[in-house]
Amino acid sequence: MTKQMTGAEMVVQALKDQGVETLFGYPGGAVLPIYDAIFHQNSVRHVLVRHEQGAAHAAEGFARSTGRVGVLLVTSGPGATNAITGLTDALMDSIPIVCITGQVPTHLIGSDAFQECDTVGITRHCTKHNYLVKRIEDLPRILHEAFYVASSGRPGPVVIDIPKDVQFATGTYSGPRNVQHKTYRPQLKAEAGKLKQALDMMLKARRPVFYTGGGVINSGRVAATLLRELVQLTGFPITSTLMGLGAFPASGKQWLGMLGMHGTFEANNAMHDCDLMIAVGARFDDRITGRLDAFSPGSRKIHVDIDPSSINKNVKVDLGIIGDCAHVLEDLIALWRSSGAAAAQRPVLTPWWQQIETWRSVKSLSFRASETLIKPQYAVQRLYELTKSRDTYITTEVGQHQMWAAQHYHFEEPNRWMTSGGLGTMGYGLPAAIGVQMAHPKALVVDIAGEASILMNMQEMSTAVQYRLPVKIFILNNEYMGMVRQWQELLHGGRYSESYSEALPDFVKLAEAYGAHGIRCTLPGDLDAAIMEMIETPKAVIFDCIVDKTENCFPMIPSGKAHNEMILGDAADVGSVIDEKGKMLV
Amino acid sequence: MTTAVSPPSPYSSALGKPNIEVHTLSVLVDNEPGVLARVVGLFSGRGYNIESLTVAEVVHETHLSRITIVTSGTPEAIEQIRHQLERLVPIHKVIDLTLIERAIERELAMIKVRGKGDHRVEALRLADAFRARVIDATIESFIFELTGTSDKIDQFVELMRPIGLVEVSRTGIAAISRGPDAI
Repeated sequence: MTKQMTGAEMVVQALKDQGVETLFGYPGGAVLPIYDAIFHQNSVRHVLVRHEQGAAHAAEGFARSTGRVGVLLVTSGPGATNAITGLTDALMDSIPIVCITGQVPTHLIGSDAFQECDTVGITRHCTKHNYLVKRIEDLPRILHEAFYVASSGRPGPVVIDIPKDVQFATGTYSGPRNVQHKTYRPQLKAEAGKLKQALDMMLKARRPVFYTGGGVINSGRVAATLLRELVQLTGFPITSTLMGLGAFPASGKQWLGMLGMHGTFEANNAMHDCDLMIAVGARFDDRITGRLDAFSPGSRKIHVDIDPSSINKNVKVDLGIIGDCAHVLEDLIALWRSSGAAAAQRPVLTPWWQQIETWRSVKSLSFRASETLIKPQYAVQRLYELTKSRDTYITTEVGQHQMWAAQHYHFEEPNRWMTSGGLGTMGYGLPAAIGVQMAHPKALVVDIAGEASILMNMQEMSTAVQYRLPVKIFILNNEYMGMVRQWQELLHGGRYSESYSEALPDFVKLAEAYGAHGIRCTLPGDLDAAIMEMIETPKAVIFDCIVDKTENCFPMIPSGKAHNEMILGDAADVGSVIDEKGKMLV
Repeated sequence: MTTAVSPPSPYSSALGKPNIEVHTLSVLVDNEPGVLARVVGLFSGRGYNIESLTVAEVVHETHLSRITIVTSGTPEAIEQIRHQLERLVPIHKVIDLTLIERAIERELAMIKVRGKGDHRVEALRLADAFRARVIDATIESFIFELTGTSDKIDQFVELMRPIGLVEVSRTGIAAISRGPDAI
């Protein structure tokens, strides 16, 4: 399809052709022509956020919960710079988003014009790729290429910077079918020889473990289905990173829970003592490995990843398999089935499973219950019990509440859990919840939040109210930046430097001020009824759950320690466990 | 207690260790705006070293440029650098020429030398021995053009120092694999 139209019209037409129905944005001088084009049509719905960072996180939430590309539109200068945190967040967590930024007209570029910034320069390091469109002839190709690059291979954010004169210029539009990227072709199918090697290693393993990550979820629903099949066929235990929760059902017998710094005792010990680790779509992040030179010392390691640079980056592996998770899992299943040895596998794993059961019996996620104070873990547990049978999506902010959510909210399906993993962005959860709710209007979308994080993007309550999005903000309010306070307690002698949330707003009144509904709960006995009230309120809710102020997030691998040096909830003095080298780490 | 061994980081923290190698990478890229900034930014952002970098368009019709980068690091770091380069969208191909036997590396230098009398004669004699050409001359100076390996240029520059070395301009290394095939 070719047609004459302006650059601004091309943007909207390309969004339509790419199947985009929802776009998050904020207008400004340098994108006015595009906003005018939006005004003239009804197929792409624009959601007006209150800050560009919110637009980026909303696009991320939309993308993570649907598996499609999320889109945002912001103006030049401050519009673009405000979006940077969200772009970086998407880069770290490999989330496909396309960010269209306005730019001053080409003849003013470089003149320090009003609201000018070097958007492609600034975003070069926080995008998978970016474009400055200087000629209208290039615009249609770049628009479609951007969607291809964002969603292919290891997904990520792509910026298209469009000067205002290019938006006004007229040119020939061509549809997505005419566009093929010159060079970018990620490898999807793995080499047969390597798959065969992987099978041999799996058949020989006596203490295997699957370690899966966000790559499985990015690969699509089919990858999660195939993962379940392979795990079931092999009888191997499975753990997952924060990003990968939901790819394997938490109710599964082979599920060990999340691993890493705040992972379960059984997951981390299985990682440490295994003889074969099969990493699928995970990247050996420092939150996962703990002390690198003591990381799973006795194991052989297989690493399946679509990004060759992930392999051998932090941990040297024995077998790197480059390919898309779904393709590799499918091939491994076929090989496993044809090997015939499958049925013989289970008995040889019995001692390993017995060992895992002894670790499991430690019940590392347990906590001391209270009659008078709401324990944050208890709050998440109750939220889980009261929402698990519904069509629920969970987002989080960043901190203790995020870890408690990961530990105590259990996911059965992929794309249900949206959290800022790599970048650790406080303020992520509310705009992400807005993005999720836009994609799933009938679903129950809960942002499990902390009182400090939520204030970072509180302005997005206006967005939720404007679009009648019934998002639920479930604040575990301990009046502290809890994770900062915890580290200060453990590492800095309890000197709580600037981590107390002074002068907090009254969240119930704040909700009312925004036109939402506010609920406060202070007693464990009232919690269930209050959560039910939140669920049944057909509009946005801020739930101020007043929890134990001094609760710490356990279990924990202290900084600089190995997986088998975890500390559990009743550890007397964690500070003395962490040495000087560990204190240097974050 | 075991003594702590530093993790085998491929990043700059590992540089300065004994197993540091110097490798020459050939990178084929689309010659589009910002592509060099992407490559250079990757090195600075991830703490890799650049010892030498040259770039020029080699196929004008398709705007294909060839970047030659000399970098140093542990073998793991260099493998990582190669993969990180391959991730950049406008990059077609990255080849570690050091891993290919018999790749040829050359550098061009222009060396300005000032002096009179015996020094001039000596400079010309040495230039002749190194097969350097005189490309500019005044009563009291020469500019020599010298092509060769970096070592050879280093050596020539050192010899010119006592004679009256004024300044040196070097291109950095260009490299290509031997034999009939392209990279």
